[in-house]
Amino acid sequence: MSIARLPRVAGLLALLLAACALPLMLSNFRLFQFSQVYIYAIAILGLNMLTGYNGQFSLGHGAFYAIGAYVSAIMMDRWNISYGWTIPVAGVLCLIVGFLFGLPALRLEGLYLALATFSLALAVPQILKYFEHWTGGSQGIVLSKPNAPFGLPLNPDQWLYFVTLSVLVLLFWLGANLLRGRVGRAIVAIRDNHIAAEAMGVNTALYKSLVFGVSAAYTGVAGALSACVIAYVAPDSFNVFLSVTLLIGSVIGGLASISGAVFGALFIQFVPNWAQDISKAAPWAIFGVFLIGFMYLMPFGIAGAIRLLWIRATRSRVQQKERSVVPSQAHTTT
Amino acid sequence: MNALLDVQALEAFYGRTKALHGVSFSMATGGITTILGANGAGKTTTLRAISRMVRTTGTIRFEGEALERRATEDVVQLGIAHAPEGRGTFVHLTVEENLRLGAWGRRERGNLKDDFERVFGYFPVLHERRRQAAGTLSGGEQQMLAVARALMLRPRLLLLDEPSLGLAPLVVREIFRILRTINQTGVSILLVEQNAALALDLADHVFLLETGRVVMEGPSDVLRKDDAIRRAYLGY
Amino acid sequence: MDILIQQVVSGLATGGIYASLALALVMIYQATDVVNFAQGELAMFATYICWSLINAGLPYWVAFLSTLAIAFVGGVVIERVVIRPVENAPILSIVMVTLGLLVICNSVAGWIWTYLQKPFPSPFSANPIKVGNVVFGAHDLGEIEVTMLVLLCIYLFFRFTPLGLAMRAAAHNPVSSRLVGIRVGWMLALGWGLAAVFGAVAGMMVAPVLTLEPNLMGGVQIYAFAAATLGGFTSPGGAVLGGFIVGVVENLVGTYVSFIGTELKFTVALAMIIVVLLVRPTGLFGTTVVKRV
Repeated sequence: MSIARLPRVAGLLALLLAACALPLMLSNFRLFQFSQVYIYAIAILGLNMLTGYNGQFSLGHGAFYAIGAYVSAIMMDRWNISYGWTIPVAGVLCLIVGFLFGLPALRLEGLYLALATFSLALAVPQILKYFEHWTGGSQGIVLSKPNAPFGLPLNPDQWLYFVTLSVLVLLFWLGANLLRGRVGRAIVAIRDNHIAAEAMGVNTALYKSLVFGVSAAYTGVAGALSACVIAYVAPDSFNVFLSVTLLIGSVIGGLASISGAVFGALFIQFVPNWAQDISKAAPWAIFGVFLIGFMYLMPFGIAGAIRLLWIRATRSRVQQKERSVVPSQAHTTT
Repeated sequence: MNALLDVQALEAFYGRTKALHGVSFSMATGGITTILGANGAGKTTTLRAISRMVRTTGTIRFEGEALERRATEDVVQLGIAHAPEGRGTFVHLTVEENLRLGAWGRRERGNLKDDFERVFGYFPVLHERRRQAAGTLSGGEQQMLAVARALMLRPRLLLLDEPSLGLAPLVVREIFRILRTINQTGVSILLVEQNAALALDLADHVFLLETGRVVMEGPSDVLRKDDAIRRAYLGY
Repeated sequence: MDILIQQVVSGLATGGIYASLALALVMIYQATDVVNFAQGELAMFATYICWSLINAGLPYWVAFLSTLAIAFVGGVVIERVVIRPVENAPILSIVMVTLGLLVICNSVAGWIWTYLQKPFPSPFSANPIKVGNVVFGAHDLGEIEVTMLVLLCIYLFFRFTPLGLAMRAAAHNPVSSRLVGIRVGWMLALGWGLAAVFGAVAGMMVAPVLTLEPNLMGGVQIYAFAAATLGGFTSPGGAVLGGFIVGVVENLVGTYVSFIGTELKFTVALAMIIVVLLVRPTGLFGTTVVKRV
């Protein structure tokens, strides 16, 4: 590891420590909310890979979230399989479904892909209701929260918090390695100029479908985790608004950024609550104002704004040295 | 001299990159002035600066009025028509619609009939093609359309960016012949051109731009005989 | 056969509503590449304004026309005030702003007018019109007439007026437009105003059928989105035709394919559109934008 990366690693470790300390300070309900944040963050990272890094729009990631949640719930409910096993199974299944969906989606771009994925999001709750035998119809499936294993002195909410946190760390680590390496460059190259990418020997079709699969897998894992944490699944909690919310989280946090997924998750988890506190009469109006306000202040998302501040800070030092009179203009990276 | 256009200490920026480093020149009413220079010397940028399409410092005055704080749309209303690099045709619209749009920015919105007659007089081919989508025209016809559209403004100053680019020599000669006629009707022309021989023939005054600075200027008769110019731009 | 004709006509009636809203979406999309998610909610809001005007005692058509005027001004103001500050932001960020507008409109409408369903009057007679054996709803026919009239007006406006020409130019080529002196920003604002007018027409025509409530346009907007996609987001005429096709298909699927029923017809209609898109990835009438590498 190079010296330059040390501060970054130290910072991440400190954050991780703080996250581990949270259960000591927060009530079960708050802890549950943070578990939810981690789950959203995983789902949004999945969406970021697809939309931010690869440039494929999805208005339908709620569908993969729902599939993950139901796979997990059905396995636990019908077959009494331990939750721990259901999560990877949900991930793999969504990987396959996503990959298969990604194949025909190759022909579609931009809005047209957005419509296709949007239809998927619309269809899923209806399909879930249709297969009542498996899914319990509109009633959904009620589960019980697992207890901590090995006699650990943790209540179920605390234990689930650590489970989600570990999955988050694992998936972010994997994701970061994927996106910052050779594969990541290929993925971004396809977004920026797929013809040129093809000319450089990148198998665009394969990569795009694969990204779709991996993205769906992340979101599916998030869905499975949510089934465990909430201990309940019902079709109507996976409506189109979930898909739209995930996209909001993705853009607010900062597309094509790994840390952005966490910022976006914090936004979609907590801002609606604040809005509720501010105005009981029209909470969504307040949410809308927040949403617009964030886009005014940070058009490139929270992660983008931080990056910009960092660039400005480092640049102003350089400029003082150069005594340059060039007015600095926001340089944008995505 | 009462200058039509007077540019002083003009600097232009694309983002943080400086493209012009203090360009100063002025041109007299009624003439044809040309800006020569290699690729990247700042010729197009100079025109874009006059049309307020790029961030600048320094002063630009047109008939005594400062342009720096105006928007592109307002500069047009003063009577400066700009036929940009790449011609800027509205490819989806018909030739006639393109010409109509050319008259959008002028102060007196009156009868367009005379103007149509005038530009169709210069470019009869456009009359034949007036109902055709501009995108279906040949390169030469599109360049004619760009000039014609600019004329619809009844401009006092015409900014032309590389009208010869990508066109056959015969077509270019035709266009340049018409430009001289247009100039004789009282329209001043500021021409950016890579084809130095043609530009020197047409223009009465020349500025030579190198890496964002004016390095030489003078009447075209004089500059044509300059050895450096001859070797670098005329090639003999 | 009679039922078929009846269903086709009533499909055309709803299709006209989708067509109006789809046209609104396409207008803004063509000029800015932004899909205005708030389009339906703005229409809903306008419909509530019309409802209030009628309740205040104005005759229907006076209220109708006043609403169009208010919608136009509202659209222009929203573009200038809300959208303009982010006009240089990435497209998805602007889309987020329209999503914000969506929830604000929906929430504020619920706050002002409550979420209770309100009956909304139809200007057309309640008696069905009989032609031979076929019975048409008067509202259905009136709806088709109104949409056709609006579409005709808009066609004439864009085709024959200087302002319409300037708006088209600004949408296709903003840089050149500024070079001929067109105020592109204002053209965009006018586009938003006109789009709001189409939306308002759609809202006021659909409200008597669905009854007025803050979620009036949710489903309509999804269909309009589908219609615009089907027709091709780059083609206003295609979007209108797409609207009619979606309306008819939706109606026929709901009537003739019994196991689908009303619950799934939504999904089925969309699935069919996707099949079409797989064959023609840029919609029926859309054009592929050729990009330089």
